[in-house]
Amino acid sequence: MSLLDWVWLVLSLGVLLTLGLWLTWTAQRLDRMHHRIDVARASLEAQLLRRSGTALELATSGTLDPARSLLLVDAAHEARAAASEDFESAESDLSETLRAVLDDADELRSMREDPALGPLLDELAADCRKVELARRIHNDVVVSARSLRSRHGVRWLRLSGRAPVLGTVDLDDVPPSALVSE
Amino acid sequence: MRIGIVCPYSLDTPGGVQSHVKGLAEALLGRGHQVSVLAPSEEEDLPPYVVPAGRAISVPYNGSVARVSFGPVVAARVRRWLKDGDFDVLHLHEPATPSISLLALWAAECPVVATFHTSNVRSRAMSASASILRPSMEKITGRIAVSEYARDTLVSHTGGEPVVIPNGVYVDAYSSAEPRLAWRGEDGTVAFVGRLDEPRKGFALLAEAFARVATDRAGLRLLVVGGGDVEAARLLLPAAIRHQAEFLGCASDEDKAAALRTADVYVAPNTGGESFGIVLVEAMAAGATVLASDLPAFSRVLSGGCYGALFRSEDVEDLTSQLRELLDDPTRRKELDEAARVGARRYDWESVATRILQVYETVVGGE
Repeated sequence: MSLLDWVWLVLSLGVLLTLGLWLTWTAQRLDRMHHRIDVARASLEAQLLRRSGTALELATSGTLDPARSLLLVDAAHEARAAASEDFESAESDLSETLRAVLDDADELRSMREDPALGPLLDELAADCRKVELARRIHNDVVVSARSLRSRHGVRWLRLSGRAPVLGTVDLDDVPPSALVSE
Repeated sequence: MRIGIVCPYSLDTPGGVQSHVKGLAEALLGRGHQVSVLAPSEEEDLPPYVVPAGRAISVPYNGSVARVSFGPVVAARVRRWLKDGDFDVLHLHEPATPSISLLALWAAECPVVATFHTSNVRSRAMSASASILRPSMEKITGRIAVSEYARDTLVSHTGGEPVVIPNGVYVDAYSSAEPRLAWRGEDGTVAFVGRLDEPRKGFALLAEAFARVATDRAGLRLLVVGGGDVEAARLLLPAAIRHQAEFLGCASDEDKAAALRTADVYVAPNTGGESFGIVLVEAMAAGATVLASDLPAFSRVLSGGCYGALFRSEDVEDLTSQLRELLDDPTRRKELDEAARVGARRYDWESVATRILQVYETVVGGE
């Protein structure tokens, strides 16, 4: 073999090695991201469940008038019972109902003074905030995973394998302003 | 008697419950009772007997959107109204839905009569809402259902023995309305009443049947009374016969009465979700022959076909052939109309208000 052949051989081996390393590294990144998405999704679902649970507790506590209790029970129940394809609209409805029902700042202030209700309202406020956070975190990971998956190398080499198409969670999670203002 | 009536829906929008409440209030006022109606409303220009309870907000409820007024301010206003009115009897409409009726029931201390209009009063979140409703519902002394159908659902949910008293109609306002010659078709006039954008009101079905019947009757006219997307509804008719349809939009009570007076046949093609069907009675009073789908509620109003014809619900073939027959047979129409005129009397406010007053008297006497 001439010197030129040797040079070629070393160069091609180098290229193959780099490619291999890149592949492993990218596959690991993807894998980590998919794992993070699973964790974020599970945490969002847990937060949503916690929120509807607290809403249900407030609705059945007997402190709100029956009209508002009925609205809240219905919305919380729908959110908990929704099929997975409907959960976004059901949870958005619950956010809307919470905002409509807990609209009066003066009333909330006096409810907070009640030792039995104060902690429940604080919990609900925290739940609403955490739903908002969990949804944002989930969508952030999804967006970065999507941009990684859309790279040419990743697409051509099918590095993401059979992982499902990634969707962001799109729901109205604006909390009642009077509830979270303090 | 001092009577307080609560209407859960805004009087600014038309609807069966709203017109029932207004009609009842006027019938009771006419007999010398003191009547005050509490209803959500934003309008300034209200009848003198109406007290506005505040703005209604749209909230998702039970799979659709409810327009409700609630909150501490509204609750305070309801309590104020109850205190100022010092009523002998409180008459609530639809108290099992989240509404000011429920708020009034919650705060009520006088005898309470409740009327249930819809046949589907219960939320899907049953057990939890039942526990919220129970303490309030126990305060109701007299329960009225507007139809056998509404009564059956009420009984299956809560048991007991509610009284059936139908919705009232001012029969004379319909039977003495002036027909409008401009709306009359040479080959007959067909009328429809109902919201155009609610599929269960069945306008699409009638449009198809009318298109078939109108092919050999160039002078046949269709009068359409009801709000919604008129342009979209017009497009349901073939272009060639579009000029034969007159869309009157959200017409006033007078225009509706005039349209029913003008029509030879009134068609009620509803596909479901009706617990009573007050328009059928209005058409009967106005002397339009009724052709209705055979929903249980409609069949009952028409007494199984004595006061009007019934077609198989959602069957466009049957609707078409029956519409043809009725238009071609003035003798049969006359027979049905004469029976219907007598049948409609049952629903006249004169007798309906008496029956409701009897419930009030029984409830007050029992306290």
